[in-house]
Amino acid sequence: MARDAAEAVGETVLAGDLLTFPVAPGDKLLCGPGLRRQGRAHASGSGLAACKCGVVRRKEPSVYWVESQQKRYVPAKGEYVIGIVTTKSGDIFKVDVGGSEQASLSYLAFEGATKRNRPNVQVGDLVFAQFVVANKDMEPELVCIDSCGRSNGMGVIGPDGLLFKVSLSIARKLLSPNCEVIKNLGELYPFEIVIGMNGRIWVKAKTIKHTLLVANVLESCENMTTEQRKCVFKKLSENVP
Amino acid sequence: MRDTPLSNCERQFILQAIAERQRLDGRQTYDYRNIKITFGTEYGCCIVELGKTRVLAQVSCELVTPKLSRPTEGIIFFNLELSPMASPAFEPGRQSELLVKLNRLLERCLRNSKCIDTESLCVVAGAKVWQIRVDLHLLNHDGNIIDAASIAAIVALSHFKRPDVSIQGEEVTVYTPEERDPIPLSIHHMPIAVSFAFFQQGTYLLVDPIEHEERVMDGLLVIAMNKHRELCTIQSSGGIMLLKDQVLRCTKIAGVKVAEITELMQKALENDKKVRQEGGKFGFAESIPNKRITTFKLDEAPVDTDGVEEQAEEIVTKAEPSPSLIPKPIVCAPGTGQIGEGIQNEWMIDDLEEEEEEDEEDIVPEPGLGNDNEKASKPTDVEIIQLSDSEEEELIILEPEGMQKKGRKIKSEEAQQITSKIVSKNNKKKQKKKGSQL
Repeated sequence: MARDAAEAVGETVLAGDLLTFPVAPGDKLLCGPGLRRQGRAHASGSGLAACKCGVVRRKEPSVYWVESQQKRYVPAKGEYVIGIVTTKSGDIFKVDVGGSEQASLSYLAFEGATKRNRPNVQVGDLVFAQFVVANKDMEPELVCIDSCGRSNGMGVIGPDGLLFKVSLSIARKLLSPNCEVIKNLGELYPFEIVIGMNGRIWVKAKTIKHTLLVANVLESCENMTTEQRKCVFKKLSENVP
Repeated sequence: MRDTPLSNCERQFILQAIAERQRLDGRQTYDYRNIKITFGTEYGCCIVELGKTRVLAQVSCELVTPKLSRPTEGIIFFNLELSPMASPAFEPGRQSELLVKLNRLLERCLRNSKCIDTESLCVVAGAKVWQIRVDLHLLNHDGNIIDAASIAAIVALSHFKRPDVSIQGEEVTVYTPEERDPIPLSIHHMPIAVSFAFFQQGTYLLVDPIEHEERVMDGLLVIAMNKHRELCTIQSSGGIMLLKDQVLRCTKIAGVKVAEITELMQKALENDKKVRQEGGKFGFAESIPNKRITTFKLDEAPVDTDGVEEQAEEIVTKAEPSPSLIPKPIVCAPGTGQIGEGIQNEWMIDDLEEEEEEDEEDIVPEPGLGNDNEKASKPTDVEIIQLSDSEEEELIILEPEGMQKKGRKIKSEEAQQITSKIVSKNNKKKQKKKGSQL
C-alpha cells in the first residue's frame, strides 16, 4: 500500500497515495507542497500522503515535494505575488490575487508611508507584494515592505507593460535562478519582468511589438521542449535588427 | 466567483497596441481566429471552436401543436446558455444582461431571417408540427461569443435530420431512424454573424475581438449576412457614433468573411457526411485521440528544422567510427582465454564487463543497439588482461576507446555493424524526410 518515498522519486503519484520516509530519529524531513502528514509514524519511518497528483521530487538531503500542474492559485505565506487593486476603503486596499478571496493591503505597508503621507495607489493598479497572512481560516493579507521596512522591489508596478497569466509551474520555473529562457530571451530583446507566484507575469520591453513577442514566447515556453525552444530563439535572433 | 478585474496597465497597453495596429495574439486587424468544427455521433450535435472560445450546439425535435396564429408553420426555439465553466464571471441561474442580449441577437439573426423553411415542418395543419429546439452552451469564453454561437447554430441545423413522417388519412406515423432514414431540414440560406469592436470613439476597429479586447472596447457592431451578400441582422451597441462609410466598409468586410466561413462550414459538413457514408468512425470520441477536442492543447506550430541536417552530420562525424570487423579475433598472450578455446574466465569478469560497457555507451551513441546485443550474448572472454600479482610482468589492459574491439564474438561484432548501419540508414532516411517536409 504505502510506497517507499526514495523509490517513488520521479514517479507519478495520485492524491491519496501513501508514502513512507525512512527517517532516523533526530533527522528532519521537510515535506513540501503536495504532501501532508497521514498515517501512523512507525518505527521505520513516518507516513505522508500525497494530496495532489503529480511527480514526486526530492532535493538532497531530505526535502520532498509533489510537482503538479495547476492554474488556480492558493495564497501561501511568504510568497511574492502580483495583485490588482480593486477597492480603496478607509485604511486598506482590497487586492485581487487570483485566489478565492481578495487580499487586504494596508496603506501603511509601503516604504516611507505614514498616516499623513499616503502612497499613490489607484484602483486598477498593479502591486507586487508579499503575503504575511495566508491560511484557509483567515483573509489573506499582503504587505509591500519587508521585515526591515524597506520595499525591496515591491510596490506599485509602473505604467505601461503587459500583464498576462500563465500556469503556476511555468512561473516557478522562470523564477529559478539561472533560468535559461529568461537569459536567452534577454539577450535578444532586453526587457523588464516581474513574476508573481500566482501565475501573473508583467513584462515591459522597448517597444510594444517586443513586449508582445516576449509575452507570447514566455507563454508558449511551457509546452515546448528545450530543442524546440532553441529553434524558436534562433529564428527570433535572425529577425532581430 | 468574481471575474479578474482589468488593471489600468493592461487597458493602457491594449489601447496603445491597437493604436500601433498590433493585436495581442499577432493577428491583423481583419483576421479571424482559427475556426474548428467537430461533429458528434448524433445528428445535430457539434462543437465550434473560434480560437479558445468554444460553443456546443445540440438540435432536437418533437411534435407539438402549432401556434394559433400560425397553424401551418413549425416552431424553432433557440436557447443560449452561458455555463459557469466558460468564465468565472458567469454564475448559474442568474439572467445577466449579456445573456439576454445574446439570445435576442441570435433569435433575430436566425429566426427573423427565415433561414429555415418552417412550412416544411408542418405535419398536420393546425394539429401537429415539428418543434425544432437549438440548445447552445458556451463552454469557454475568450471573446466573440455571438460569432461562435451563430456558426454553431447554423452548422448544427444543417447537420440535423428529423425523423420521417407519413400520413394516412387521419393517422400519422413517425418512423424511427432504423425504419426509415431521417430527413434533413430544408435550409434556405446560412446567416453568419461577424463582430466588429470599436476603440477610441470609432477610430480603430478590430474584427473578432478576444476577451481582453472586448473589455477595453467602446462599442460593438454585429453584422449577420449570408454568402449571397444579403444582410440578415445589424446591431450596434455601446453607444458609439459610427459614420456611414464606416458601416459600409464593415459590411464589405463581413461579406468577405462570411464567404470564407461558409466555405469552411460546407467542407466540414461534407467531410462528416463522407465519413458516415463510408462507415468510418465519427463523433467526439474519435476526435479526442487526435487531440482535436481537449482542454489543454496548443495548435501545432511549424518548428524550424533548418539546422537539423548540419547538426546530424556533426554528430555523425564526431562519433567514433564503428569498430571494423575482425574475422578471427584471437589474440595470443600468456594467461588469456581465447574465443572458442578454453572455458569462460570466471575471474573478475563482471567488473570488467560492466566498466567496459559503461565506457562504450558514453562514447559511441549510435551503435547503442549493438551494446544491448552484446550484453545479451555475454561473450566469453572479453578482455585481454593479465591478472597477476607480480609487479614485474607488464599489465596489459585493453581500453575500449580507440582500440579495435578485439576478443569479441563475431556474432556480436556483426550484429553491432548491422545495427549501426541500420541506425545510420534510419538517420539518413529521417534527414531526407525532414528535408521533404521543409
